Amino acid sequence: MVSPADVVPADDTVGDDTPTDAAAIRFDELSTVPFVPAVVELAAIGKRYDSVPPVHALVDVDLVVGSGDWVAVVGPSGSGKSTLLNILGCLDGYTSGSYRFDGIEVADLTDKERAGLRSRGIGFVFQSFRLLAHRTVTENVMLADVYRKAPWGSRRQRAADALEKVGLGHRADFVPTQLSGGEQQRVAIARALMGSPRLLLCDEPTGNLDSTTTATLLALFAELNQQGMTMVMITHERDVAERALRQVRIVDGRLTEVW
Amino acid sequence: MRLWRRTRGTGDRPLQAPSGMTVRDLVNEALGGLFARPGRTVLTVIGTVVGLAALVATLGLSRTAGHRIVGRFDELAATEIVVTPKPSAASVAVDALPWDAPERVGRLNGVAAVGNLSTLNVGSRLVAGSALNDPQSPTAFKLTVSAASPGLFGAVRADLRTGALLNEAHSQRADRVAVLGPNAASRLGITRIDHLPAISIGDDIYLVIGILDGVARQPDLLGAVIIPEGTAQRYYRLQNPAIVVVETEIGATSLVARQLPLALRPDNPRSLKVVSPPDPRRVRDAVQNDLDLLFLILGGVSLLVGAIGIANVTLVSVIERTGEIGLRRALGASRRHVGQQFLLESTTMGFVGGIVGASVGTVVVVVVSAYQNWTPVLDPFAPLLAPVVGGLTGLVSGTYPAIRATRLAPVEALRSGT
Repeated sequence: MVSPADVVPADDTVGDDTPTDAAAIRFDELSTVPFVPAVVELAAIGKRYDSVPPVHALVDVDLVVGSGDWVAVVGPSGSGKSTLLNILGCLDGYTSGSYRFDGIEVADLTDKERAGLRSRGIGFVFQSFRLLAHRTVTENVMLADVYRKAPWGSRRQRAADALEKVGLGHRADFVPTQLSGGEQQRVAIARALMGSPRLLLCDEPTGNLDSTTTATLLALFAELNQQGMTMVMITHERDVAERALRQVRIVDGRLTEVW
Repeated sequence: MRLWRRTRGTGDRPLQAPSGMTVRDLVNEALGGLFARPGRTVLTVIGTVVGLAALVATLGLSRTAGHRIVGRFDELAATEIVVTPKPSAASVAVDALPWDAPERVGRLNGVAAVGNLSTLNVGSRLVAGSALNDPQSPTAFKLTVSAASPGLFGAVRADLRTGALLNEAHSQRADRVAVLGPNAASRLGITRIDHLPAISIGDDIYLVIGILDGVARQPDLLGAVIIPEGTAQRYYRLQNPAIVVVETEIGATSLVARQLPLALRPDNPRSLKVVSPPDPRRVRDAVQNDLDLLFLILGGVSLLVGAIGIANVTLVSVIERTGEIGLRRALGASRRHVGQQFLLESTTMGFVGGIVGASVGTVVVVVVSAYQNWTPVLDPFAPLLAPVVGGLTGLVSGTYPAIRATRLAPVEALRSGT
């Protein structure tokens, strides 16, 4: 592990790296306080699996995602996209480098603290939606509140608000099996938005959807981004990646900025 | 600076504060998991229901049956004492038991009834009911001929069907009269005594004065011809009473049994053998321990089967819900939260199984008792403890699956399809 002292400060990275300038400016315009740390700061992140021979899933990955940014991660399968997403989501550890989420060094946290950070800081959207089939739409959305001791009184209302935000207010009492794929993914997004996370992590969010549904979902993502939501999205699809503000590519565990 | 950053999470808690779960949420999620597959949950619970119902029912039935056995002991055996001369003293047994045993014993405290009983040696003499010689069927039988003192009928709780019992006067006069046991009467073809039936023992004629309906003790009397002691002394040279039958008050047996030899034979109390019932409390314990052990093993085996069922289903459920576990971990569940949920699910199944099992078991005890005309006896701890035992069973059964769920890394769990 790299100690925090070895980590390059976020501002320097932004200054040196032209492609992130746009994000940095936006970020400054939006910010109402003089200094706000980037949501995600990856510095020289490496992930090695100690198999024989060792597999380097990620090599020296540097990535800064400012508040309000929308980053699409593209790359061939097996290149390390999912590994990167798991590390960003604090679901998996890394073997070298430093990851600061909202200024917090993730490596310093205990398992429980990382779980807390996931519940309050990160919203997940999966390719396969991952809705509980036996619960209504509202109950699925409210599931996000279970692990942060949210007050019961306001849950239903906030779930309704989140569903309204994704345009599914009229489906609140349906069960997932009664919904189309696009609607199910909207429910999953509402669940992710429930706790007003700092970061929305999407793993192939349109991978199971047809092109029309993909388009409407992308419109929703764009709208969320315009409202200030920070998003990192893994995708195979070019038209999805092109909607993002930034695109990075991973090949053989190395990350390069596309634009 | 760092502190300031840390407080920028949602609400007033820092972003990286450990995730938590309220009890209400835990209960809600566990019940949600159970109700998601109600059919399977019910089928799983049935195992525990059967196990605990068997346990409660067998405990209750053994207690009920044990009570009944003890009840029978209390009524008859627990108040009966039989005194005989010791076999070793047979050579000097000419006067082993005194003729006045009833008077001697009757003076003791706690004696309800007492009588002498002797079986007479009638040699090859047969007993016949009528003088008619029927070539088709025998009319003379080999029957037991007993001599009884008047008090014996009380001591064996004889019921008289018709006529009268032997009394002191018959004995003093050595009257040739007899009372018949019910089986002896039917073999001899005697059903009524209003026409003064007579029987013959060998060549001697005896007048039947009464017929018994039954006896509670000394069942040999059922098939016997009973004559007065004085008659037996005179015509059959009976030297001594063979046994003394004593009925005591309830609870007096051990006291009376200690005093009897001295009362009967102050000169040689050791020449007598006193057969008294074992301490009723010990009888009850012994009987119940045997039954309880057997039944407990049976119930325990059923419960074990139920526990394996819960463990199995919970394990399947963990494997099946791997994706859900991954989702929960992504939503902020710690390992402990995931483990707790599965443990609570299995414990709830066991607990509910315990409640239903206790109810079913109690109903079984009551129904069986009603059918058998018994008084249902059930320790209150059995049905009350059953849910606790069920819950513990569920807890233990769920431990391994819960540990399995806990050990799943979030990335691994999310990789699994659904």
